[in-house]
Amino acid sequence: MKAIAIAVLWGLTFAVAHAAEPGRAPLPAIEIAKPGQCVEPKDVIRRDHMKFLRHQRDLTMHEGIRTKKHSLNECISCHASPKTGSVIGEGGFCQSCHDYAAVKPDCWDCHQPKPGQKSVAGARP
Amino acid sequence: MSERNDDRRKFLAAAAAGAGFVALAPGIRLVEIAAAKPDNEAVTARVRWGMLIDTTRCQTGCTECVSACNKENHLGEVKKPRTDAQWIRKIDLKELKTGRALSLPMMCQHCANPPCVDVCPTGASFKRADGIVLVDRHICIGCRYCMMACPYKARSFVHEPHTDQNPEVPRGQGCVEGCTLCVHRVDRGGTPACVEACAAAGHNAMLFGDLNDPESAIAKRVREVKTTQVRADLKLDLGVRYEGI
Repeated sequence: MKAIAIAVLWGLTFAVAHAAEPGRAPLPAIEIAKPGQCVEPKDVIRRDHMKFLRHQRDLTMHEGIRTKKHSLNECISCHASPKTGSVIGEGGFCQSCHDYAAVKPDCWDCHQPKPGQKSVAGARP
Repeated sequence: MSERNDDRRKFLAAAAAGAGFVALAPGIRLVEIAAAKPDNEAVTARVRWGMLIDTTRCQTGCTECVSACNKENHLGEVKKPRTDAQWIRKIDLKELKTGRALSLPMMCQHCANPPCVDVCPTGASFKRADGIVLVDRHICIGCRYCMMACPYKARSFVHEPHTDQNPEVPRGQGCVEGCTLCVHRVDRGGTPACVEACAAAGHNAMLFGDLNDPESAIAKRVREVKTTQVRADLKLDLGVRYEGI
């Protein structure tokens, strides 16, 4: 009986220690500078952010719809690293995951990876 | 039967009231459009953005509009004047017989029938419902057919990689681009940077507004004075008009 108890205890200890250990597969280092609620649930935005962005980009480009919810500039202003001020580069929010997944998005060929949206001054005559 | 007639009367009355509202609506709409479009609304063909350039006020040697454009859209990051993108440029004209000289800014004329859109093989070059002609860089393959088709030499090809973009004006290597009429400002109720700079310099040679709104300053002006479309013979129905040429 005593032996069984010791064995169970040993097993539990091992299980707890094992859970605390980092997994065997490496994970991307995602730094969330401003913790809070994303515009979509976490699992949805992780899987489908590119679809949201693609949809929004066509609406903005062709129909002039500039809602903030799925706007790339809004992603950037929330997720830019406080250190570099950017979502790309070493440890950048976008790049750390894309490097991990070996995905090379070409957003940054044209888009500015640092926030800084300007407000419009002056009214129309 | 009489009950049904009552229903019918009520329905007709409601319909008439609705019609009255619709008749009122255009007047209200115009005010709304002049203020600003809500972010979640698509642009419509009820608006036709246009610009009127008064060449009698445009000063020879002044390049305020060009520098304002470069600053707003972060052009000229790469210091290679021969290939740098140019969305607006100043042109000096002189009539040789009389010696009459004038200066004017030339940029995308935002045609209603744009040749750049006709020739684009991918559909990247397009005209928005409100008359602004743009390049969708997500679709542009950089073939430069539109540059050849444009009678106004209004488009440029981006030869170099860029990193210093304005967050609201994405631009990069390998695409064709041109004046966007500062669409990011216009959608928020502003005016193009060149127009603002021209007014700030005290010249007031550029007037921006909705050509479809009879109450707008630009519509009133084009109704009153003779304005010219450059190469009107091409019948492109330009959004940019010139006065005094």
